[in-house]
Amino acid sequence: MISLVIDIVLLLFLLIMAIFILRVHQLLAVAMLFGLYSLLVAGLFMVLDAPDVAFTEAAVGTGIATVLMLATIACTKVSQEKIQRKVAKTPLFICLVVGGLLMYGTHNIADLGDPEAPPHTQVAKRYIEDGQKDTGVPNLVTAVLASYRGFDTLGEVTVVFTAGIGVLLLLVRPQKIRIKGVKSAR
Amino acid sequence: MTDYILGHINYWIIIILMMVGLYTMMSKPNLIKKMAGLSVFQTGVILLYISFGKVTGGTAPIVAEGFDTYSNPLPQVLMLTAIVVGVATTALGFALIVRIQEAYGSIEEDELEKMDDET
Amino acid sequence: MRDNLILRVTARILIPIIILFALYVQFHGDYSPGGGFQAGVIFSSAILLYALAFGLDTAAKVVPNQALIATASLGVLLYAGTGVVSLFFGGEFLNYSLLADEPTTGQHIGIIIIELGVGLTVAAIMLLIFFTFARRILN
Repeated sequence: MISLVIDIVLLLFLLIMAIFILRVHQLLAVAMLFGLYSLLVAGLFMVLDAPDVAFTEAAVGTGIATVLMLATIACTKVSQEKIQRKVAKTPLFICLVVGGLLMYGTHNIADLGDPEAPPHTQVAKRYIEDGQKDTGVPNLVTAVLASYRGFDTLGEVTVVFTAGIGVLLLLVRPQKIRIKGVKSAR
Repeated sequence: MTDYILGHINYWIIIILMMVGLYTMMSKPNLIKKMAGLSVFQTGVILLYISFGKVTGGTAPIVAEGFDTYSNPLPQVLMLTAIVVGVATTALGFALIVRIQEAYGSIEEDELEKMDDET
Repeated sequence: MRDNLILRVTARILIPIIILFALYVQFHGDYSPGGGFQAGVIFSSAILLYALAFGLDTAAKVVPNQALIATASLGVLLYAGTGVVSLFFGGEFLNYSLLADEPTTGQHIGIIIIELGVGLTVAAIMLLIFFTFARRILN
């Protein structure tokens, strides 16, 4: 019960943060609020028994993503967004419809923390029962990440690598390519 | 009824959070603000997955003496990688924004469209 | 930034601790929360703090760009290479059970190696992205 209360209080804080991110016009303030938002999310992951994810979110969201957003603001030299007074109606309508449908969709999801919910009785049950026996690793998250779903993780690492290459291609200033024997392309 | 609300209010707040992110993304013309909205939406989705994995009375999925109820490790694994991949792709988006600013001198979507129409 | 004494002294104390913690998270990740992804981002945030406190040029001397690109590729190579090695031992791709005599020992070795690969790639790519952005600001 107490964990549910903490969960909901943190979620309400998050909601307030998200609304502030929507309303604030200073982009630097958006970046700072976003860092705070990530820290709250990390706390929430701890409440939901996911220390591995909380780790990652604390380092990625609060550290790297915020610094990257600040760097982008510094690069573009835009510190404030253009203020528009009128409420955008079509997006509001789309959000209300999608949100309503999603909320309707939750009616046959099991309650939060129900041990008999379908996600816990299928493959996850086998991971928990046999994970240590199969891999010899007590941390089941590592066992599933590296062993049972090694292919998946290989793909994710490749995506991170590719994104890094993409940033390099976009932002590194082109240097003159010298080919032996050819004087100059331009 | 109270049980139903207590069991589901977590999902509802997360869905509202996602929609705030989606609205930020769709309604604001500023590209950096759009990326912030995208990140809010993304964390909403991640939170939804993690809360599917929660088991009442369970502990973090690390096998140890004296515990027999563990949270579901599977959503945690999927979301762990999603966060890191998410920040890498967000960085790619920021890089695109920097290039757009250099090419057009603006990162407001409506101004970009106007410039495109003129040429 | 140059004369920010408090930031520099604090950073000097904090950076070794953060790096030590990153190594702990990396190599103790199979017994406690942690693993390659987490260790990679924690490690890169230590270097990031160094760059923020002591300037980009000093940080670039510690971790040159070419080394970062090489490390990132090495990580992916290490991961995929482990899979290929397990193919040579007669198993399926990424089946670590055959890396040692005991299946569990093999699994353990495999997991440590690929987590190392993940950690190298993630740390290098995060730093690479940050340095690329930071150089843009200075130019």
